[in-house]
Amino acid sequence: MWSIVHKMGSPPWFYRFANRAIAWLLPIVLLALVVGSIWGLLIAPPDYRQGNSYRIIFIHVPAAVVALAGYYVMATAGLMSLVWKIKMADTAMRALAPVGAALTFIALVTGSIWGKPTWGAWWVWDARITSMLILFFLYLGVMALSEAFDNKAAAAKACAVLSLVGTVNIPIIYKSVDWWYSLHQPASIKFTGESAIDTSMLYPLLLMILAFYGLFALSVLLRMRTELLLTYRQSAWLNAEVS
Amino acid sequence: MHPKRKQRLIISICIVVFSSTAIGLVSYALRGNINLFYPPADVTAGIAPTDRAIRVGGMVVEGSIKRSETDLTTVFLVTDYDGSVEISYTGILPDLFAEGEGVVASGVLGRDGRFVATEVLAKHDENYMPPEVAAALEGKKPKAGSYNLGEGG
Repeated sequence: MWSIVHKMGSPPWFYRFANRAIAWLLPIVLLALVVGSIWGLLIAPPDYRQGNSYRIIFIHVPAAVVALAGYYVMATAGLMSLVWKIKMADTAMRALAPVGAALTFIALVTGSIWGKPTWGAWWVWDARITSMLILFFLYLGVMALSEAFDNKAAAAKACAVLSLVGTVNIPIIYKSVDWWYSLHQPASIKFTGESAIDTSMLYPLLLMILAFYGLFALSVLLRMRTELLLTYRQSAWLNAEVS
Repeated sequence: MHPKRKQRLIISICIVVFSSTAIGLVSYALRGNINLFYPPADVTAGIAPTDRAIRVGGMVVEGSIKRSETDLTTVFLVTDYDGSVEISYTGILPDLFAEGEGVVASGVLGRDGRFVATEVLAKHDENYMPPEVAAALEGKKPKAGSYNLGEGG
């Protein structure tokens, strides 16, 4: 297991890995996004109460799920950077924060667009929505911190500490609808027992969640590859790789 | 493991544990403020404050909606099965407002126990299903256009 971690920590190995992974992921993610969108937006039946306006779920839920999971990936990268001083972990953290911020922003905006016709309000300061807004600011905070230092090592340390502190927010977001009285409904997809969403809507939703995971991985790998190209543009190994 | 790395790992774990404890305690202390609304049981028990802006949330009691014939005032009962509150609201209700559905009303609780709302929001539940399935669950035949398309009832 450690040999894999050591290999991943080596920029030349990671550059080759990213190249191959991107080539594989790109067509799969595009296909899943197209199929999932057509299935969810056109083929899945309308909802018995909300009609067609519920279809924003096929964007809202995948974006929110991956924004939460992505935070744990960022915090894990932060831990690896802090404890084992792996340079690629810093790169991962920096590459990931804007992608996570974008997904959180999509979840907030689509939720707001759905909230107006469904609840009657664009924005409500309930526990789920407020903790999701905090997640957005945590991602922005990591982005800002990584730019705030001249010294790269100091920036990585500060980002890692902030992302570790922020992990406390993830279970809060996830459980907020159960712990407190909120306007946001509880989860429809249940890991144990039957989901509260009909299978005709659940399957396209699960496909879209997988597609968003793939999109997330693809975006992070593309950003990491770009940073490698910038950082090592003078290195012999990279010039040999590119030419 | 290298002692230096072990030390850094312990520090990292401490960061997560202590910040989680701190935020856990803060949110436990502020739980009354994090709750978006008071359940009707808190209103009948006298826990909810009167004469200032609060929110009350619960299920609209079946058969309790009374609409005024002269203006947009609607009076209805909201329950959490432990207590119920009468809410009166003048204005346009959200599309999903219906008997047996969740609502969150913001307004002022009078000393007489009547709640005068300035805003009523519909609280959607976690159930999503096609109209045919919903009709089958209720033992009725599906009716074309029975679901809400975002306009009208």
